[in-house]
Amino acid sequence: MSQDMSPATPREILICTVAGLLDGCRCVAVGAASPVPAAGAMLARALRDTAGEPPLRVSVLGSEAHNFFTNGSAELFDAAGQGRIDAFFLGGGQIDRHGNINLVGVGDYPRSAPRWPGSFGSGYLYYVVPRVILYREEHSPRVFVDKVDFISTPGTSDPGVYRPGGPYALLTGKALFDFDKDKRGFRLASLHPDHTLEEVTAATGFAFDHDPDPATTPGPDAATLQLLRTRVMDELSETYPAFAAELRARIQTTDRKATA
Amino acid sequence: MSTDVHRLAAQIASGSTVAVPVDYAGVSMAMTRALIEIGTSDLTLICVPTGGMQADMLIGAGQVRAVETSAVSLGEAGGAPRFNAAVREGSIALRDATCPAIHAGLMAAQKGVPFMPMRGLIGSDLLRNRPDWTVIDNPTSETPDPIVLIPAIHPDTAIFHAPMADREGNVWIGRRRELASMAYAARQTLVTVERIVDKRLLDDETLAAGTLPGLYVTDIAIAEKGAWPYGLWGEYPTDQEEIARYAKAARSDDGFADYIGANKAKVMA
Repeated sequence: MSQDMSPATPREILICTVAGLLDGCRCVAVGAASPVPAAGAMLARALRDTAGEPPLRVSVLGSEAHNFFTNGSAELFDAAGQGRIDAFFLGGGQIDRHGNINLVGVGDYPRSAPRWPGSFGSGYLYYVVPRVILYREEHSPRVFVDKVDFISTPGTSDPGVYRPGGPYALLTGKALFDFDKDKRGFRLASLHPDHTLEEVTAATGFAFDHDPDPATTPGPDAATLQLLRTRVMDELSETYPAFAAELRARIQTTDRKATA
Repeated sequence: MSTDVHRLAAQIASGSTVAVPVDYAGVSMAMTRALIEIGTSDLTLICVPTGGMQADMLIGAGQVRAVETSAVSLGEAGGAPRFNAAVREGSIALRDATCPAIHAGLMAAQKGVPFMPMRGLIGSDLLRNRPDWTVIDNPTSETPDPIVLIPAIHPDTAIFHAPMADREGNVWIGRRRELASMAYAARQTLVTVERIVDKRLLDDETLAAGTLPGLYVTDIAIAEKGAWPYGLWGEYPTDQEEIARYAKAARSDDGFADYIGANKAKVMA
């Protein structure tokens, strides 16, 4: 790493991990309220451009500059149904051991409390997009539960139900998991720097497979971090101005601490 | 005070169904304010496919009895406080959907057919809570293949805001094609615009491709900055600070009432 650059912040490591999960994709879409996935997709695109590799098409919902659709908000779903979208991101107020997602709320439906915004496109995209990356930064037992209170969209489907898509990875503020479709469960892939297996086990409301000594999520190299802090932050700030400003402030704080 | 926007809003009947667009596609906040001033009641909102401050304000004002939506949120400003409170209190009927189901319902109406099949949904609690959605076995498949049918959605009125219209009532919607879907499906479409231009939009091939023909447009009123605090593509950005100010105010009943009152005063001034 160059001398004048502060180390990657935890959020930057998440963004770089997202970019890595998009390896081999041709076209990725990012939904509403998803700044880290949007940054990760933009970083993956920028890395390919820099390396002279085949381009990655990125469509960010709510963006004017980074959205290539011309047929309204239905086009994303039509394109996904046609198999043209390789990767998409979903969050969840609750995510359970089988990869079921709840975006609606806690308690007995319909009078959920708290009520969350709603299911967005999840009741469709989780079924048809091959590589759905679950992203939820808060890693706690209230998010990662044994059984969700409301299934906005299920992790797996019975045989005979049309289901080319589904969960590919789960990325949290503490760790990265794979999903095993046959076992209908998650497997720990790596722990983020400064997080332990004990901590992640305690913060997860369901059991998951793991190596006895799990790997550590790698951080970015200097060139990647430089690209993230320049081109990608500029691109991101169009759609997520508040998030981009906060991320920049964090980097400066880290920088001051590092030089202090 | 009566304005052109009030003339438009007066054409929406209490008890009717109103389709409104997603945050970034041209939300007629001018109409939202007019509807609150007029007090149109018992509305059923169809959010295409999600709702934001517009839906939240109408719900907070007690003018909504039911909402069909894939989500209601204030984006970066957080959850929709009046919507969330209404859900908690059980004061609105909820028809939770997923985005493409709303598009499918409008598409069926656009085609004049009773339903549209769509993938996904099977095994979800969305489907379990929607008795109007039915699962059939795909009749064109040789092997069992369950698929969901979404009934046509016929809104009484579609309302949105766009940059411009011409004197024939053609409206330029650019690539926000969901606005066309709403208009095709609705019995009447009421549009607020930044300006009315003298040049016929259909005479310019570049503009014609993004033009909703007057055939589908019932009435138009000029409302400058009519999407504010939402942005309008190519015209002005979203006023995030104002949305955050609303989000904070609307956390309490009193704060919401103050916000609506202050807003009214601003319009009357």
